[in-house]
Amino acid sequence: MEMVNIKIEGIPYQVEAGLTILEAAKKCGYNIPSLCAFNHGECNQGSCRVCLVEATGARGLVASCVYPVNEGMEITISSPKAVAARRSSVELILSNHNRNCQECDKNEYCELLDVARRVGAREDMFPGEKTPTTYDELTPTIVRDTSKCILCGRCVERCKNAHGIGILGFENRGFNAIVGPAENRSFINSPCIMCGQCINVCPTGALMEKSEIMKVDEAMAQGKYVVVQTAPAVRAALGESFGMPVGTPVTGKMVAALRRLGFKKVFDTDFAADLTIMEEGTELLNRIKNGGVLPMITSCSPGWVNYAEYYYGDQLDHLSSCKSPHEMFGAILKTYYAEKHGIDPKDMFVVSVMPCSCKKFEKVRPQLSADVNGMADVDAVITTRELARMIKRSGINFTRLPDEDYDRDIVHDATGAGHIFGVTGGVMEAAIRTVYYVLEGKELEGINYMPARGLEGIKEGEVTLQGKTIKIAVASGMKNAKVLLDQIREGKSPYTFIEIMGCPGGCINGGGQPYVRDTFMPNEDIDIYDKYLQLRSKALYSEDERAVHRQSHNNPDIQTLYKEYLGEPNSHKAHELLHTTYKERVRFD
Amino acid sequence: MAHLNDAAKAKITEICERYTDEKTPLMMILSDIQREYGYIPLEVQELVSEKTGIPVAEIYGVVTFYSFFSLKPKGKYIIGCCLGTACYVKGAQAIIDRFSELLSIRPGETTEDGLFTLDALRCLGACGIAPAVSINGKVHPKVTPDQVQEIIKKLREEAAN
Repeated sequence: MEMVNIKIEGIPYQVEAGLTILEAAKKCGYNIPSLCAFNHGECNQGSCRVCLVEATGARGLVASCVYPVNEGMEITISSPKAVAARRSSVELILSNHNRNCQECDKNEYCELLDVARRVGAREDMFPGEKTPTTYDELTPTIVRDTSKCILCGRCVERCKNAHGIGILGFENRGFNAIVGPAENRSFINSPCIMCGQCINVCPTGALMEKSEIMKVDEAMAQGKYVVVQTAPAVRAALGESFGMPVGTPVTGKMVAALRRLGFKKVFDTDFAADLTIMEEGTELLNRIKNGGVLPMITSCSPGWVNYAEYYYGDQLDHLSSCKSPHEMFGAILKTYYAEKHGIDPKDMFVVSVMPCSCKKFEKVRPQLSADVNGMADVDAVITTRELARMIKRSGINFTRLPDEDYDRDIVHDATGAGHIFGVTGGVMEAAIRTVYYVLEGKELEGINYMPARGLEGIKEGEVTLQGKTIKIAVASGMKNAKVLLDQIREGKSPYTFIEIMGCPGGCINGGGQPYVRDTFMPNEDIDIYDKYLQLRSKALYSEDERAVHRQSHNNPDIQTLYKEYLGEPNSHKAHELLHTTYKERVRFD
Repeated sequence: MAHLNDAAKAKITEICERYTDEKTPLMMILSDIQREYGYIPLEVQELVSEKTGIPVAEIYGVVTFYSFFSLKPKGKYIIGCCLGTACYVKGAQAIIDRFSELLSIRPGETTEDGLFTLDALRCLGACGIAPAVSINGKVHPKVTPDQVQEIIKKLREEAAN
């Protein structure tokens, strides 16, 4: 590796060539206040002008996030000139910012607030007119408030890099410049898949999930029978919101907290993940046996389903007809569970805690909003972040909670196969464990199916079933999915079964997960973002290893559910409750 | 894209294909479309996006950044009043105000009869003949507010014939 000699504040250092000043300084132990830069260069616009430093060989001050180090460079971060310039940059941003920080849901994780504190921004230095603003809360998922936008461009880059669709862009010029969908439309009238990645990267409150905490409060106040279910990826990240080490699985404490928040019953969505595998696995086997449409593609990720409906409307019959696990669970709770316990399903209020912001949209899809005897499967969706807020406002000291188990009830059991749904490749692995068993009559050797693991955008594998080798593929992020979908469209897909997740890395990186804030962790390596995903996925695989049952078909409660209620996978009753349909949508309505 | 007829689709596709070898073809494509049709509505941007793989939002951003591009049809006569520094100190504001008054439109707008579009330009590079007004690309030198009425009258006559 080529190294260059630089000096920072007069002290000599050796760093890799090609690094930006910001990255090099971080490696040497200097955390230059910065704002728009994130995820080692994913957003490299140098747009906010906060990270200004003096560097020899450059004219004037340079934006350290985009300026590369070179041999002999002497960098000064602490000079009065640089200090004043960084402060002015932040003060200028603040002059066009809606400073209602106390009421802003992002305040705890706001990077503008953090950097303002660090550079010592002074009050109201540049009073005057503000850019006309847009407030879009028409979608059930994302709220866009341009009064808090600092035009850093992170969301623009993330939407393009993750999905290749680039819903967000800069528009207009100068003082009137804003970031938004084309024509400054609402997300609801543009082909946004509502994955929420833009929320995750937005440094301020300009992009936020639409909170449904009030809905839960209301249902509780009305005395409804409020039950809650938690998705697999939530347990892998919730602890981060309470200062616990990244990658700590907090299942037990999370269940304890939910009980203390007043939920009548606490269930594990992973039960329904097992149910999904039974239905989806059977659907796959039937398609293979009966010459159905192949490759079949998973349908758990509502962001992916949105993408398919907007961009591959001609290929929708490749999608599995299975609802996503939490929707299946809602349907089972309002029928089987309610009947068994003599509860009027109309009094029931099902809350899903999800790592996903798009699940908020999914639950009101026309196909899902009144499909169980006129009722929606799920009544409210809150994200991992919203759950953390609920826990905090109730004064619960999360780290001191005991570990408790989900309610031991007829929908209690969940297997390791269900746990790994939360990471890219997990659904594939879970499905293979079960499909293998069904066709071969024995469990997959070693249980684990390694080709599906890892955080790469596209993974491929093979599995031999009844002497025939089939190919599978796993993709996350729509940019990667597009590669596989174009193959299908051209009739050249070599695969039989494909798993697609909307967010890069799967649900562990969902649009509702705790914010990953590089700037808050001066001692971390610059690869913090990837490291988070690795640690979160490790947490889920460790839960899988610990599980009593590790294959969906071995879930005792699932076996009982089929025996007593559904009959068999893909039965008429199962179709009624657990399957859904899709419809092509117009992109710019 | 429901509103685009087949001829327009074919033409725009042809324009996009002119620049397939270019690394950054967007400006050229949009310039050609602007010249061909006089404006670049969202439907057209969608088609360009499909052909080039550039996101619609990015195309929209470029269209709204440069004043040369327009989202709405422009008038038969595009009157560009230069408000660059030299023209401005020579009284260009009074000229654009006069146009605005007589045509009853604000800069950036088009008259209802579709004849005139009034634009405020930054610098035509014709500072020696300030204040300058460009009409459909032809530059008129040293314009005074008094001449504005006559200019409009002549253009109306020209259009009528």
